[in-house]
Amino acid sequence: MNNQILFVGIAIVIGIVSIVLSFVAIHNKKLSIAIIAAGVVSLFASVLYLLMAAPDVAMTEASIGSGLSTLIFFYVLNKIKRSDA
Amino acid sequence: MLRNILIALVILVMGYMFYNTYSNYETRTELAGISQHFAAQGAQEVGAANLVTAIVVTYRGFDTLGEVTILFLTASIIAFFLKLKDEDYDSSIDHRETSELLVTASQVLIPIIFLFGIYVFMNGHLTPGGGFQGGAIIATGVALMIMANPNVRLNYHVIHWVESVSGVSFVVIGILGMVLAGGFLDNKIFGQDGLGEFGTLFSAGAIPIIYSFVGLKVGAEISNILNKYQKSQKEA
Amino acid sequence: MEYIDLGHISLLIGFLLILVGFWGVLTQKNIIKIIVGFSILNTGINILIVSLGYVKGKTAPIIDNAVAQTGYHDVSASVVDPVPQALVLTAIVIGFGVTALMLAYAMKLYKAKKTLEINKFNDLKW
Repeated sequence: MNNQILFVGIAIVIGIVSIVLSFVAIHNKKLSIAIIAAGVVSLFASVLYLLMAAPDVAMTEASIGSGLSTLIFFYVLNKIKRSDA
Repeated sequence: MLRNILIALVILVMGYMFYNTYSNYETRTELAGISQHFAAQGAQEVGAANLVTAIVVTYRGFDTLGEVTILFLTASIIAFFLKLKDEDYDSSIDHRETSELLVTASQVLIPIIFLFGIYVFMNGHLTPGGGFQGGAIIATGVALMIMANPNVRLNYHVIHWVESVSGVSFVVIGILGMVLAGGFLDNKIFGQDGLGEFGTLFSAGAIPIIYSFVGLKVGAEISNILNKYQKSQKEA
Repeated sequence: MEYIDLGHISLLIGFLLILVGFWGVLTQKNIIKIIVGFSILNTGINILIVSLGYVKGKTAPIIDNAVAQTGYHDVSASVVDPVPQALVLTAIVIGFGVTALMLAYAMKLYKAKKTLEINKFNDLKW
């Protein structure tokens, strides 16, 4: 039962942080900060999946949603910055 | 101005609908319907310890087949969009010097990462993980390879062969299920009693084989997408 | 007090992320920002679906020592719903494909007009 209370506490903290970070991702003028913030929202989501007893989904989200997606965002950003200069 | 008001209205209406759903929601205390059947009978019918794998590969096998097809289509369309001009093919990317640490570490880590990816999809029916996760892990190994040396030339033919062969094998095993067992993608291709001992690596019939092919296919497709994005940096 | 459990909190997080992502998609002008909005929307929807399958106090749907079981009988009394998890598993991979495709379009659009402002792409506007 104590585990449940701990899980709920962690979930509340994750919720607050990820909502704030999603606002940062939408609002920040710098694209690189927005992309990193979206990646961190994804990473926190994977912790939330783990709390909700979904380890398969957590693994997928951590590797694909927050790892590879962020990587290709940065490829595109790099490409655009390159052709700007 | 009108646009902003409309957007605010849309968000408010959506939020109101969500609020209604939220206030009437009660966290479930037991399973119901089809999930009840899957949880109660899944181990007996399919023989996989991981029920999510049992659903992804056997009960909803068509879903997985359609999903790898969508990923294949995406990779093809990206390859079409990011196609290089002929004169850009042999040019190299001018990049900052990659750090010694990254280059040395990548030489040590890449085989281990590939091995871990293979472990994850081979044991998909016993532990958390499976084809999609294992394929993504293999693709992160490829990403590390690309980052350590941005001018690395991945062997294009190997990626395409792995992808095509595993895709065809997936469908062939599905058809074998139709011939030898109850229907398309049925996992009892080794006979009704051929599921093996519950909880060992060689169990659950065709599930480890199918999930390994899914893993190879997903890994090859994501590597292909990453490779295309890396190549696109060559254009000025 | 009955609203404070993991299912309700995750449902709330999912709803809020969907609203924030949708708002970002509608208000932003930069194409990369719109794609970031779609990515957050996607994460929110996935959290929502998984939280609908959460059963209070149950363990992961993997039959091992954690599932106290005798034979194959009372598995369904000790695991969370595996069906939404299986759906979300494929949805995440498709989400990656969709994001990669949108980014390829964005690169193509940037090459055509040298800008990422969505309002500059008004060729079909009348």
